[in-house]
Amino acid sequence: MKEKHTLLGWITFLVFLFLLGPLVIIIGASFGPDNYLTFPPNGFSLKWYENVFHVEMFWTSFKISMLVALLGIVLSFLLGIPAAYALSRYQFKGKGFFTSFFISPIIIPGIVFGYGLLKYLVITYHIPIFPGVLIGHVVIMIPYVIRVISSSLMNFDYSVEEAAMSLGASRLKTFFVVVLPNIRSGIIAGILLAFLESFNNVDVSVFMTGPGVSTLPISMLNYVEYYFDPTIAAISVLFMLMTAVLIAAIERTLGLRFFTK
Amino acid sequence: MALIELKNITVAYDQKHNILENFNLSVEEGEFVSLLGPSGCGKTTTLRLIAGFNEAKDGQFLFKGQDYTKVPVHKRAFGFVFQSHALFPHLSVYDNVAFGLKLRKTDAKQIRTKVMDILEAVNLKGFENRYPSQLSGGQRQRVAIARSLVIQPDLLLFDEPLSSLDANLRVQMRMEIRRIQQELKVTTVYVSHDQEECFSISDKVAIMNKGVIEQLDTPPLIYKKPKTEFVARFVGFENILPMTGSGEGAAPLKAKDGTPFVVEGAAGMKGTVKCAIRPDDIRIAKDGEERGADNSTAGRIQVTTYLGRGYQYVVETAIGEFLVNSHGEAPFGHGETVRLDFPPDKLVPVD
Repeated sequence: MKEKHTLLGWITFLVFLFLLGPLVIIIGASFGPDNYLTFPPNGFSLKWYENVFHVEMFWTSFKISMLVALLGIVLSFLLGIPAAYALSRYQFKGKGFFTSFFISPIIIPGIVFGYGLLKYLVITYHIPIFPGVLIGHVVIMIPYVIRVISSSLMNFDYSVEEAAMSLGASRLKTFFVVVLPNIRSGIIAGILLAFLESFNNVDVSVFMTGPGVSTLPISMLNYVEYYFDPTIAAISVLFMLMTAVLIAAIERTLGLRFFTK
Repeated sequence: MALIELKNITVAYDQKHNILENFNLSVEEGEFVSLLGPSGCGKTTTLRLIAGFNEAKDGQFLFKGQDYTKVPVHKRAFGFVFQSHALFPHLSVYDNVAFGLKLRKTDAKQIRTKVMDILEAVNLKGFENRYPSQLSGGQRQRVAIARSLVIQPDLLLFDEPLSSLDANLRVQMRMEIRRIQQELKVTTVYVSHDQEECFSISDKVAIMNKGVIEQLDTPPLIYKKPKTEFVARFVGFENILPMTGSGEGAAPLKAKDGTPFVVEGAAGMKGTVKCAIRPDDIRIAKDGEERGADNSTAGRIQVTTYLGRGYQYVVETAIGEFLVNSHGEAPFGHGETVRLDFPPDKLVPVD
């Protein structure tokens, strides 16, 4: 495979340019000294990064985003692991239906789902804002959890489970001491993916957040409605940095190839 | 009293189709019994039922006279060795073997001695810190055996444990299994579709077909005196000769052209009697040489094939087609007429 594909090289370059170009502009603009977004910047300043930490709204909504993501991970795993296990371990009626059902939050447009949730949870049942956001996030995290866990269970030899039972472990014990340790990589990947999905989510959050309870991306949206200074570019850069660190962590622990299996 | 008893067991894989129906089997303490048969005959189902992985729709499973039908797997204390070895991939050899002991809350010191002893017994000393992925197929299987033996099981169950190994290793491992079983005197039920494997290591072999045990006997007995046509064909009696008996004392059976056949053990049989005989046991000779009136027929060579140690012929006769092996040097040619002799002690009446 030493052949040179000039055309392929160019196409790849264009794709990268298309994907990364906007990011370059944001990074550049975040270091600008002016009170409005400019690219290329007319100088170099870190004051907008400083300003990020002075806007109280960002800090409170960051904490809420973290809380929603972490609680959401716990809840989506409590629901997702048993579901993934049942779907890969057993044959039963309606299995195809359940598989598509659990994946459906990815297929339904986020804005439609968000609106549906608003109508159903908030308007009809008057669920308070925070639990509402949490429920919305759990629903969109579950498909990722189930997909990733199912794919690690696919490589799991269930006779190992039977071996543990024949040696004296009950069903439940077997699950914890034999099944879980063997899908550890899937669980780590699931946590990271679910975290990113929740932390970056806009379309569901925009409907579910309300006075006093807002996630970070929604605060950012609100901020740009009133201000046009590079603070928003600075916080976006910080946001990207965090995502990049998480992706690097996945790459380190499992390799990104894990997701293309 | 038998150690294990399956009484009128029925197992279904869905609501309608039964894999086993009114199945019965008993195994004595210390015995090594094999279940042998083609795929789909229910042998693995029987084994998994004894282990507790499958549930019986009907019938009873007794262990030491106690009803074990509803006892869950983890309370049975039966060792199970899987075809795929089923080692715990995330645990070292030591921890794999110690798994059952830890569940039994054995103290650490005792676990250490027991694990090291059993690893020595299966020739795996020095491997305790390796992981399953770092072992060869044979080593994995020995870990699996050690793991199920260390809990001192009441019963040892093998599900085609050698079929994933290569031929040389299989022979070596089956001797190992037999040696360990005899040393520890564990009652063992062994499932395989490999006839040689079962015959070589078992005290008794059960030949199964379509969910039924056709014959349960010692290997030499099955090999020499199969009881049914299925068993006969399964162990290499490739010729079945239908005859009729008069029912009178010592009178010979008669083939369909009337030729009399003296068959050992067939005295007094009445009606249609099928007799089985191995290709090796039919004697083939040039036609025209002197022959007796009994147990003999003339035929014509249809096909000749070379087997290495001799030749195999398909011979057409007035009483049917026969497969015959000969060890002679000069083969008979196609179309040649020959004479076949059937020794009375080699013909076995079967159902």
